[in-house]
Amino acid sequence: MLACHPNRDDGITLRFWAMGAEGEQVAQMMPEFEHENPGIHVRVQTMPWSAAHEKLLTSFVGEATPDVAQLGNTWVPEFEAIHALEPLEPYVARSATVKSEAFFRGIWDTNVIADTAFGIPWYVDTRVIFYRRDLLAKAGYDSIPTTWAGWRAAMEAVKRQQGPSRYAIFLPTNEWAQPMILGLQAGSPILKDDGQYGAFSDSAFSRAFDFYLGLFRDGLAPVFGTNDVANVYQEFGRGLFAMWITGPWNVGEMTKRLPPELQRAWATSPLPGPTGAASGVSLAGGSSIVLFRASSHKAAAWKLVEYLSRPEQQLRFSRLTGDLPASVAAWRDSSLSGDPHFRAFYTQLQRVTPLPKVAEVEIISSKLIEASESVIRGHVPPERALASLDRDVNQILEKRRWILSRNAQVTAR
Amino acid sequence: MSITAAEPSVRPHPATSAALARALLYGLLIGGAIVALLPTLWMISASFMATGEANSYPPHFVPHAPTLDHYRALFGRLSLGRYLANSAFIAIVVTVLSLAVNSLAGYALAKLRFKGRDRLFRALALGLVIPVQVSMLPLFLLMKSLHLVNTYWGVIIPGMASIFGIFLIRQYALSIPEDLLDAARVDGASELRIYRSVVLPVIAPILATLAIWTFLATWNDFMWPLIILSDDRRFTLPVALAALSGEHVQDTELMMAGSVVTVLPVLFAFLVLQRYYVAGIMLGSVKE
Amino acid sequence: MRRGPEGAQARAAWYFLTPALVLIGLFFFLPVGASLLLSVTDFDIYALGNSSLARFVGLRNYSNLVHNPTFWTAIKNTFYFALVGGPLTVAVSLGAALLVNARAIRLRGLFRTIYFTPFVTTLVAIAVVWRYLYHPRYGLLNYLLGHIGIGPIDWLGDPHWAMPAIIVMAIWKNFGYNMLIFIAGLQSIPEELYEAARIDGAGPLRRFRHVTIPQLAPTFLFVGVVTMIGYFQLFAEPYVMTGGGPLRATTSLVLFMYEEGFRWWRMGVAAAIAFVLFGIILLWTLLQMRLQRERA
Repeated sequence: MLACHPNRDDGITLRFWAMGAEGEQVAQMMPEFEHENPGIHVRVQTMPWSAAHEKLLTSFVGEATPDVAQLGNTWVPEFEAIHALEPLEPYVARSATVKSEAFFRGIWDTNVIADTAFGIPWYVDTRVIFYRRDLLAKAGYDSIPTTWAGWRAAMEAVKRQQGPSRYAIFLPTNEWAQPMILGLQAGSPILKDDGQYGAFSDSAFSRAFDFYLGLFRDGLAPVFGTNDVANVYQEFGRGLFAMWITGPWNVGEMTKRLPPELQRAWATSPLPGPTGAASGVSLAGGSSIVLFRASSHKAAAWKLVEYLSRPEQQLRFSRLTGDLPASVAAWRDSSLSGDPHFRAFYTQLQRVTPLPKVAEVEIISSKLIEASESVIRGHVPPERALASLDRDVNQILEKRRWILSRNAQVTAR
Repeated sequence: MSITAAEPSVRPHPATSAALARALLYGLLIGGAIVALLPTLWMISASFMATGEANSYPPHFVPHAPTLDHYRALFGRLSLGRYLANSAFIAIVVTVLSLAVNSLAGYALAKLRFKGRDRLFRALALGLVIPVQVSMLPLFLLMKSLHLVNTYWGVIIPGMASIFGIFLIRQYALSIPEDLLDAARVDGASELRIYRSVVLPVIAPILATLAIWTFLATWNDFMWPLIILSDDRRFTLPVALAALSGEHVQDTELMMAGSVVTVLPVLFAFLVLQRYYVAGIMLGSVKE
Repeated sequence: MRRGPEGAQARAAWYFLTPALVLIGLFFFLPVGASLLLSVTDFDIYALGNSSLARFVGLRNYSNLVHNPTFWTAIKNTFYFALVGGPLTVAVSLGAALLVNARAIRLRGLFRTIYFTPFVTTLVAIAVVWRYLYHPRYGLLNYLLGHIGIGPIDWLGDPHWAMPAIIVMAIWKNFGYNMLIFIAGLQSIPEELYEAARIDGAGPLRRFRHVTIPQLAPTFLFVGVVTMIGYFQLFAEPYVMTGGGPLRATTSLVLFMYEEGFRWWRMGVAAAIAFVLFGIILLWTLLQMRLQRERA
């Protein structure tokens, strides 16, 4: 940690928790903030993503929450449900720089619960297709088709071209993002009746799930989890698979890890959808910055939020981490608007859908992984897996239903 | 497992069969020693390898160009020194405090006469069968109400009294001659005085054993510190290592260096003090 | 309190015992009791924010567990680990003890120390090392197996091999402790018994079966019980090496409990799992001790 500002004794120390690489990089931006705001010192604590969820909740239970934290935006509903987060509308209303219009609409929406914002978007993450242009060209395609049918045909062509020991696409079986995205694209609400019941066995999700499973069944995707591929960049470079649905941090990783001769061979593309480009929605992912109710330095914390939301700081952070800025204005910079790899992300960010905003979304996503793995590895037929998933999900949501009905009774009186 | 299954009727020359037996024994012993040491030795070796070298095929046993880079990264960027200090602090405090608490209790159970002693002993023995995980959730909630979540004391306090430790002391203290104690009592010494001047010197060996045991167990403890500590500044080494391993799955050499830092202190302490440690285990075990 | 010397002893005893008893009572037995209470509520993340949102649900957590396939998988995995790993660990320990204790060899202390070092190492650190040793392509184990013609096995990625892989590691880590106890047991066998057997014409194998094994019976019981109790509590190895996968093949009861309690904050459910674990350990220990007594 760098030397502290000499005024620290009468100043405020803000505790700021961040995850992974973002935490390591944002620490570098703090001295400038502290210079602008003498009397405020920021202590950044980094933690790995794998433990972050547990650690944040534990800190809440232990009444040791930080002042500010990075929160995966799918976690915002959960932390709101336990009333850990400070509602931000009053701050937004008074702010000149932090306004909902400044951010991508679908992304801002992920933070809004009951018409109140509980987080401010920090960086965005959505999933697009990274693909080997050269392998696709060899199979006769100069871009990824925009419909599911066309996409599938392209994958089949690639597979035919590459042979039986290679694949068209890598879909890690232990990730929920891929089946979830396809479900959203097919129009599934994932959870119905205001997040009270599972909709996995309904027609929209079943259709998407069938499409997803077919890719494994017909050898277009290998039955691998993320741990089964020692070095995914190496395998992408070797052509083990020609497509991979992943996020913006991999633009930097690809540039870093692929050999120079392959740098022109890969590209990114927005996702195809069942009926064409407009239906090709993707995840409204990313992280928000939240303030905790228990903090005694909320005003100072909000200053940090405003600082990090400035387009120039968003851009700077983006350069440090490879994450994409949530502020639309930051995209006007040529480093983003001019970079062909990021263009697909910009397009995709216009078409993103949030996941159901319920506290249980994390565990439901992990149940989806279990259900989907069990089918892919051939243990269970898909209808049974989805029915069983809905049963599990309905059980998980029972408490939510009880609380909602209780609240309804209270307001009815 | 047994040596040679010699048939009673056909007996080879005694000298060669003895030599054969010895050769086989040594062979097995050395083979076993290699198996016992190989993972640890590879861990040390890999920690000095250049990045990516540990993931080469065929695997390297010795680094081609040994480097301290990973250790520098660990103690620099990744603050492992702090976690090392945390582990050391907690282990020492728990050892000292628990030694005091457990030895008093163990001696009392062994040698002091009071009503309900046997019932108390049996109740404590029942506690040995209860897996500690049963207590962890409510203990966490209890710590929360005491504002001890994410504190050193939150880690230290639950480790301070151990039924195992009490029993170990008791077992050993049973062998203190009664007359020694009675003589001191006749001389008018208080029980506390007797404990300090008569008992402690006698049970010193088992105290050494328990101290080492407690230090090792606390140093290596994983699940409870994982649960109670959320501020990474207070992480102990095992928790920090698990967190690192979640984040840096691809960086084999870095993880090996982290493992070395975690394992080497206790290994060293054990090698130096093994006499007491081993004696205690063998002592406290056979007769129940 | 009684007066006189006995009274003084009794008073002193309670003074001596109080710190330990308070600590154990407050920080162990009390939470254990509270766990029982927790297990009949639906205490969860909502209740963490607002404790009025915890409801008494009777035995519903337990019955939900019974209908939860993951619960049965966890039980199966835990028993698999304990019933295979336990006896194997004991066997290896006994073997090592016999080797180290053999009269014909020297450097006994050195070998004993070497065999004990795995036990001393930090489990988390060693689990990290073994995870790399088990790597399907770059790991040492597959490399060595390759030399004797066995194809690469995906130790931690294949549901069939993941638990055996963890068992092997557990045996390696734990055999040293039991070995010491067996050595103590072996050394306490009176030499005259062996002499008598030798005079009767018994060879080494016979002596082993008729003298060593029976004399070690109490040691076997102790080692067996302690090992099994420890093995039923399997947690750190799957947590670090496999995360409970692949496909839940290495999810133990304690790992399942940890997930339910500290990842999803379904603390009522987690407490129920903890009590099931306790029940299993208790029943098993009683069974083991009864069986051993009957055989003796």
